[in-house]
Amino acid sequence: MTATVDNTGTSGGRADRPVETVTLTIDEVEVTVPKGTLIIRAAEQVGIQIPRFCDHPLLEPAGACRQCLVEVAMPDREGNVRPMPKPQASCTMTVTPGMVVKTQRTSPVADKAQHGVMELLLMNHPLDCPVCDKGGECPLQNQAMTNGRAETRFEDVKRTFPKPIAVSTEILLDRERCVLCQRCTRFSDEIAGDAFIALQERGAHQQIGRFDEAVLDFAPPPGEPTEETFGSAATTAGGQPFASYFSGNTVQICPVGALTGAAYRFRSRPFDLVSTPAIAEHDSCGAAIRVDHRRGVVLRRLSGEDPAVNEEWITDKDRFAFTWQAAPDRLTVPMVRDRVLDDDGRVVSRGELRPASWVEAFELAAEGLASARAAGGVGVLPGGRLTVEDAFAWSRFARTVLGTDDVDQRARVGSAEEAAFLGHAVAGTGVGVTFGDVEAAPAVLLAGLEAEEEGGITFLRLRKGVRAHGTKVWSVAPFASRGLARLDGTLLPAAPGTEAEWLGILATRAAGGLVPADSDEAALGAVAEALATPGALVLVGERLASSPGAYGAALRLAEATGARLAWIPRRAGERGGVEAGLLPGLLPGGRPLTDPAARAEVAAAWGVDADALPAAPGRDAAEILDALSVGQLGGALVGGVELADLPDPAHARRALAAAGFVVSLEVRRSEVTELADVVLPVAPPVERAGSYWNWEGRVRAFGQAIESAALPDHRVLDALAAQAGVTLGAATPLEAHRAVAALPAWSGGRLPAPQAEPVEPPEVPPGSAVLASWHLLLDDGALQDGEQFLAGTAKRPVARMSAATAAAVDVYDGDRVTVATDRGAVTVPVAVTEMVDHVVWLPLASRGCRVHDALGAAPGDLVRIGPAAEPSPVGVDGASTSSTGTNEQGGAA
Amino acid sequence: MTDLMPVLTDTWDADRSWKLAAYEAAGGYAGLRKALQAEPADLVHTVKDSGLRGRGGAGFPTGMKWGFLPPPDGGPRYLVVNADESEPGTCKDIPLMLASPQHLVEGIAITSYAIGCHHAFVYVRGEVLHVYRRLLAAVAEAYDAGYLGKDVLGSGFDLEVTVHAGAGAYICGEETALLDSLEGKRGQPRLKPPFPAVAGLYARPTVVNNVESIASVPGIVARGADWFAGMGTEKSQGHGLFSLSGHVTRPGQYEAPLGITLRELLDLAGGMRAGHELKFWTPGGSSTPLFTADHLDTPLDYESVGAAGSMLGTRALQLFDDTTCVVRAVSRWTDFYAHESCGKCTPCREGTYWLKQVLHRIEAGQGEERDVDLLLDLCDNILGRAFCALGDGATSPVTSSIQLFRDEYEAHITGHACPFDPRASALFPYTPKQAPALAGAGGH
Repeated sequence: MTATVDNTGTSGGRADRPVETVTLTIDEVEVTVPKGTLIIRAAEQVGIQIPRFCDHPLLEPAGACRQCLVEVAMPDREGNVRPMPKPQASCTMTVTPGMVVKTQRTSPVADKAQHGVMELLLMNHPLDCPVCDKGGECPLQNQAMTNGRAETRFEDVKRTFPKPIAVSTEILLDRERCVLCQRCTRFSDEIAGDAFIALQERGAHQQIGRFDEAVLDFAPPPGEPTEETFGSAATTAGGQPFASYFSGNTVQICPVGALTGAAYRFRSRPFDLVSTPAIAEHDSCGAAIRVDHRRGVVLRRLSGEDPAVNEEWITDKDRFAFTWQAAPDRLTVPMVRDRVLDDDGRVVSRGELRPASWVEAFELAAEGLASARAAGGVGVLPGGRLTVEDAFAWSRFARTVLGTDDVDQRARVGSAEEAAFLGHAVAGTGVGVTFGDVEAAPAVLLAGLEAEEEGGITFLRLRKGVRAHGTKVWSVAPFASRGLARLDGTLLPAAPGTEAEWLGILATRAAGGLVPADSDEAALGAVAEALATPGALVLVGERLASSPGAYGAALRLAEATGARLAWIPRRAGERGGVEAGLLPGLLPGGRPLTDPAARAEVAAAWGVDADALPAAPGRDAAEILDALSVGQLGGALVGGVELADLPDPAHARRALAAAGFVVSLEVRRSEVTELADVVLPVAPPVERAGSYWNWEGRVRAFGQAIESAALPDHRVLDALAAQAGVTLGAATPLEAHRAVAALPAWSGGRLPAPQAEPVEPPEVPPGSAVLASWHLLLDDGALQDGEQFLAGTAKRPVARMSAATAAAVDVYDGDRVTVATDRGAVTVPVAVTEMVDHVVWLPLASRGCRVHDALGAAPGDLVRIGPAAEPSPVGVDGASTSSTGTNEQGGAA
Repeated sequence: MTDLMPVLTDTWDADRSWKLAAYEAAGGYAGLRKALQAEPADLVHTVKDSGLRGRGGAGFPTGMKWGFLPPPDGGPRYLVVNADESEPGTCKDIPLMLASPQHLVEGIAITSYAIGCHHAFVYVRGEVLHVYRRLLAAVAEAYDAGYLGKDVLGSGFDLEVTVHAGAGAYICGEETALLDSLEGKRGQPRLKPPFPAVAGLYARPTVVNNVESIASVPGIVARGADWFAGMGTEKSQGHGLFSLSGHVTRPGQYEAPLGITLRELLDLAGGMRAGHELKFWTPGGSSTPLFTADHLDTPLDYESVGAAGSMLGTRALQLFDDTTCVVRAVSRWTDFYAHESCGKCTPCREGTYWLKQVLHRIEAGQGEERDVDLLLDLCDNILGRAFCALGDGATSPVTSSIQLFRDEYEAHITGHACPFDPRASALFPYTPKQAPALAGAGGH
């Protein structure tokens, strides 16, 4: 999704450099590997596996477990190969020319050393393999078989610990199983940057433990955001829980069963599981995962391995949030509603939903949509979570069966400017900026994007670059989050809605224009210069839609600096939806709807008359809801939209209630179900095949993990279209997939760049503040339903304000503050944060803090702030809902 | 007959010997004055020529270590003095810093000047609070006298010295663990390379030297490399502190040229405890293989001790007479290694835990026949397999004691009891604890 100019500096030219190699001998086999390769990796190249525990290819060498000892000889200055006196750890030693390595296969010394270390590791290890989660897939178990003694000589007293420690609600630690390889602590330190667990004590009593302020006499520096989670992993007073979005990776890389996931603990044996490679449905990164199921029930998900995308890491949401797909409120059969009409056709009663056959449901849906089309048209809200195959089917269904361009996938704050930006710079551009580019970038500007919360894998790749070569990161945001701090990033402070200002001034500065006298010249210069280096990136998030002019300014900035631009939405289906044309005015492949040639090409591919396609740009989501509520549109076709996610949920509820006819395609019951006339159940990702396009533009195909009778969207739409006499070409997964590829790349004109002007920020009267808000990775979303262990690691909602803003309304750190509009109010504790004044930040959709729903407000709007009316309850520092309470306003995030 | 050669110990009997005035009265700081007139590179040469080898145990040539620093790049370089003396039996640096700390302070100033360091650190063992205080006072005195701080003695050379107290961990005597600890991290050894000379403290070029090594530098500079090299043997030159402890009539510090023998030292110290014979001894602390009376005439220099199968180490001569149970002695040392293992690597962490239990069992008469060979095999699986040298050191007393006194181990096993009376070996009235030897897990 490259917007502009410079394609040469994709990876800093690294790939072109010839690789220096080293030739050595391992077990009498000659091998040539890149310089700097570790012996253990070189051995893998020739198929020799050296046993190991602490070694992990994505972590820095530790040399702690000593399991991988081998004999090494090296040529001295005269060229005589001299053996080193001691066996060497092959996981820490890099190869040198002429080196001669003897592993356990050819060296009795190495073999004995490995057997010796294995015996020592097993000596204090409990023999609880029969009840251990890791049993059957345990590196310790397996390597004890291949490289260990048959019997132990240890008959003394084993070291034991009380079991287990809850590192968080999700992660449990059985210390006696731990072999102290430090993979988990190194992961936390090197990869995630959440160093909440560390080695404690020493000698045989060394153990992994939680960070404990009481022990370490340590308090976080003032002003740095602290983040409390819902669940407490209570052991020691004052200790912080393992608050990490990536903690599940430690369970996966633990080479023994010391770290286990609470949800999977004692649930199954690995050899009973059937594994299917899949793609995570929770964000637009498209992380490779593995779905493990037993007899049709998904029991766990693991990270897959994809060096190009997520390497071997996934977020906890990708790992643990899968129960929603089999939630009790799953829809399994079609349902229809029998409205009772009077003689004049007015609705007397909406009637009750009742199960129906697919045949009846299709008939009623087709009839109803046809009459709705006749009565003003049908608005299409497909939601942002579709596979590409579904998205194309939806797009084609809307344009051919319904003959409308009133289609918008964005169940969030969107803008016409954004649609224009996506049509201009994103749709049909193929693979642009990649994760590899993110890692290699010398400088990255984030705007409207909180990388850790809104794209976990993107955050990890950024962090990898920061650690490896010091990627400079800037973020246009109201405050420096902990995520930004862990990227060593610099904040470009902006009140919500004013992101466009920074981008605009930066673009002007980079183009050599005059910047306002009151701007921070030093910061501007530094950013503009850094963005002009080859490989620099501007990463923008979907939240720029709430800052008029921001998308256009981002384009100008990329143009002026040569930096490459990428758009990183949150939801898994949004990029694919852009490709499919699930936006008004946009046909598949970036074709402008208003371009007759584009329409002709699409019509030809779809086998319809060019005139049959709508020719004028339709309504966007907000306009569709407006039109529905006043009866301009006759009906709606809705797919997997949670009304609470929309900027004005109350208005959306009214609009759908007022709609003449509503068809809903859903996996589970939602608010839309209650407003729909025909409900068509569709399959969740695990019960179907398909592909997402991640934000890079990369196709992320996945297969069907478990057998199911549920139908994917495209098949439902295909049948519905057939009912209406139209061929959709999406009856089978293969057909639907081919339909995506059927359209050639578009070479014609694109939508023009958006030209919106920035607006002046509103005056902030006393007692008010501008609302800032974004989704946290773990919140109240419907796709996290049913996973209480994960929910315990979600951050408690707080209101962030600067000290001055808070003091101005007489609230102080830890007090409860009420954020209100005429519509409603949210009351949460205040976390005084170093941030832009006159701004209050709330999590967008956390438990007890559903901003859109409660306030009817969106980021950039003015809200009232003030001390909470009720006295602060003693001992409760959480949100207004308790951690055990359920929230009635369920909704997808 | 080799005689004593008091250099560092020369003024220990002076009134308030630890004060700067006493040190100056004895000619102190002549070395620094001379050094500041010289080119730093020449000072490095002088120390190289003197043949001074690291007094912390490994015996690496000090001047050569300084020479490993990369050429100056404008950034800081550091001198870190390892004063974390913790090895069982080793007790030379602590009395030195207590009785004559200015030797060390002057040595730091000269060494820093020689290697281009402007901020030196002394990492003092945490348990010896009185030494820490005395060193702080000595450094303060030196600052006041202009030997440290801005513009040392008007030379234009700036030097800050920070004295830091450790928190009581044997591992922090390992130089890279010391550096991590000094940086505020968990004290565990670092992966090498990079070596401290290239990336040490705060990832900058760093020299880590023992207290006695640095304290020997002023004498070398003041009196010349030839004076120093003239003492000792061909490859082990100069003077050194020999710390005699145990069943000896007059335990204490004996400063003598390297190459002196235990027989000579024992003569100076009044011999073994009256009425008893030497049974075994450590030449350089508990991590060095044991010697017996057969080695009374082994010259105590790096080469001769090495050739005889042990290591000169820190010249901590612990002497044990015929009342001592070798199993008991080794068991106590092993308790120390198990207690002090940092836990980073498997062989040391788990191996010492196991050794400890087996030794306690044997001592309590609950050993089995195979246990002696098990101990030897365990040591074989630790020696050379551990992350740092401290794991290797833990095996030395076990292996060497079995080599020398295997029959005594077997007597414990076949006799189902210890043949010795622990009260006989005590130097003071002592009632042994009747606690069961198998203390089990968490016994330390």
